[in-house]
Amino acid sequence: MVQTLSEMRADECGAILEIHGGQGLTNRLGALGIIPGKKITKISSASARGPVTIQVNRSQVALGFGMASKILVNVDRKAG
Amino acid sequence: MKILLMGNPNVGKSVLFSRLTGVRVLSSNYPGTTVGYTRGFMKVNDEPAEVIDVPGTYTLEPTCEAEEIALKMLKTGDVVISVIDATNLERNLYLTLQLLEKDIPVIVALNLWDDTRHRGINIDLDKLESILGIPVIPTSALTGQGIKNLVRSIPRASAPHAPALNLNERWALIGNITGQVQQITHRHHRWYERLEDASVKPRFGYIIAALVLSASFFIIRFIGESLIGYLFDPLFDNLWTPVLMKLSNFMGGGGFWHDVIVGKLISGEIHFVESFGLLSSGLYVPFAMVLPYIVSFYLILGLLEDIGYLPRLAVLLDTTMHRLGLHGYAIIPTLLGLGCNVPAVLATRVLESKRERFIAATLVCIAIPCVSAQAMIFGLVGKYGVQYVAIVYATLFIVWLILGTILNRTMKGLSPELLIEIPPYRFPPWRTVFQKLGMRIRGFLVEAVPIILAAVLVINILFVMGVFDYIANFAAPVITGILGLPKESVTAVVIGFLRKDAALGMLALSPMTAKQMVIGSIVLTMFFPCIATFVVLLKELGLKNFLKSAGIMISSAIIVGGILNILL
Repeated sequence: MVQTLSEMRADECGAILEIHGGQGLTNRLGALGIIPGKKITKISSASARGPVTIQVNRSQVALGFGMASKILVNVDRKAG
Repeated sequence: MKILLMGNPNVGKSVLFSRLTGVRVLSSNYPGTTVGYTRGFMKVNDEPAEVIDVPGTYTLEPTCEAEEIALKMLKTGDVVISVIDATNLERNLYLTLQLLEKDIPVIVALNLWDDTRHRGINIDLDKLESILGIPVIPTSALTGQGIKNLVRSIPRASAPHAPALNLNERWALIGNITGQVQQITHRHHRWYERLEDASVKPRFGYIIAALVLSASFFIIRFIGESLIGYLFDPLFDNLWTPVLMKLSNFMGGGGFWHDVIVGKLISGEIHFVESFGLLSSGLYVPFAMVLPYIVSFYLILGLLEDIGYLPRLAVLLDTTMHRLGLHGYAIIPTLLGLGCNVPAVLATRVLESKRERFIAATLVCIAIPCVSAQAMIFGLVGKYGVQYVAIVYATLFIVWLILGTILNRTMKGLSPELLIEIPPYRFPPWRTVFQKLGMRIRGFLVEAVPIILAAVLVINILFVMGVFDYIANFAAPVITGILGLPKESVTAVVIGFLRKDAALGMLALSPMTAKQMVIGSIVLTMFFPCIATFVVLLKELGLKNFLKSAGIMISSAIIVGGILNILL
């Protein structure tokens, strides 16, 4: 199932599909290893459109809600 | 020779730096910016070499001011030590690969090496060395392991002139490299990793934040008050007072220059807060009132920073701070302000944009009472009842929220979105903690103290010349009419313009009702920061923005005071 990073629930994982953003955003995220194809796990999201924390490679990154809603993720769902 | 230490933030670069260099460490701002860096010296093959701790960066395609400067510094170096977090090889290799494309010899310090084992990571060093084509030295800056080997290997650094790749090619190459050299065995989460996750999740996060913050305040106050009570006050009372009294006698005990230099004698004695001479209050305020809190605040702040808690706090509070046009990191200056506004205004430098720095500094000066203002509020307003103290605090908090929202809505520009790495918790070595503390204290002494003294001198001359009485006449209608304060308090409020510490005390001398006392304290708190903050603010914002900020302070103080006069 494809969802934006902001829509995903905590503790779900998936692979990044696409980043809808300009070159600037792609570069900033890219330098942190957030690129299409990368497996990520959502750790938590703050309430009320707050920042989203994800695990990418072996580090944790917090990103603003706006950025998170520009990232499309192919979310893994266990059957049943 | 100039050696650059480069690496991602939070890879132990500063600890490595303090291991490599001796005691002569200098911190400077990159010319024309607020980005700071540190320099030190070491010996390579018995030759002296300069070591520069370049601001942490993720990429050489700059995405912020600090990274732009890192790139500029790269062009001035002779050799780069690329510091890599061995427990996070993938992300760290990105910067190293970019460095290999440049025309400068590079050597890798594979730091936090001792951490890899219990994180279940196995790295094949020889293979990594041969793939990258440069020396790779495992180090542990914390324990000092591998440092000698690193220093010995610096001359072997080489520039392989790798072909330039784009973002996706680089990540593909990294995937390829880590696939060859790194093996990860799965293991269970440790207790501190659970704590790491818990501290960014809303429910537990807020509980942890409340605990950490209240503990910090308690410790900061304890250290600050102890330093004042047992060290600085006795020093001033026992050593400095006799010297000043001699000088006072020598200058005839009064007169224009006496009052400017020594200060007005209060019942024949020097009062360090109220005399307001250049050599009495002028020295006492920065050294005995502000410095102790600078020491204790920066000690605790440095610890929270190096342990890795601050980014988590920033994430938790980001939503709230965003409404005020700030992002989560602005919580640092705000918290500092509750102790002393001077380091708070200095700390607004951690914020990215000019707009954020302006909003944060203005909010701190208006709505965050420092420890001494709070002591006064408790002492003066508390006499009338706890509920009145609560009104003062609640009003200031509401002002902070409303004013922040207004500034956010009216000022041009957007508040930048948060994008930060959350490092694992690590306990820093005391050596690094104290080195950082020492540098920050030196920064305060060099940057703030001289201007505070100069400002005290100028204000003293104006005060003794009677300029304040003139302003008092002018301001009287506003103070009695709009704010509803008694005529006797006019001078106190006007003096509060620049002499906050004395002003609250003077308020107590005029006959005040509880309501008037509440309004008086709020107005004095919001009106203007103390003289020390005043000068630091001017220096940080520049004249134009400073005037704007001061205008906001005065008008919001009058508006809030006026509203309270009607409501209460």
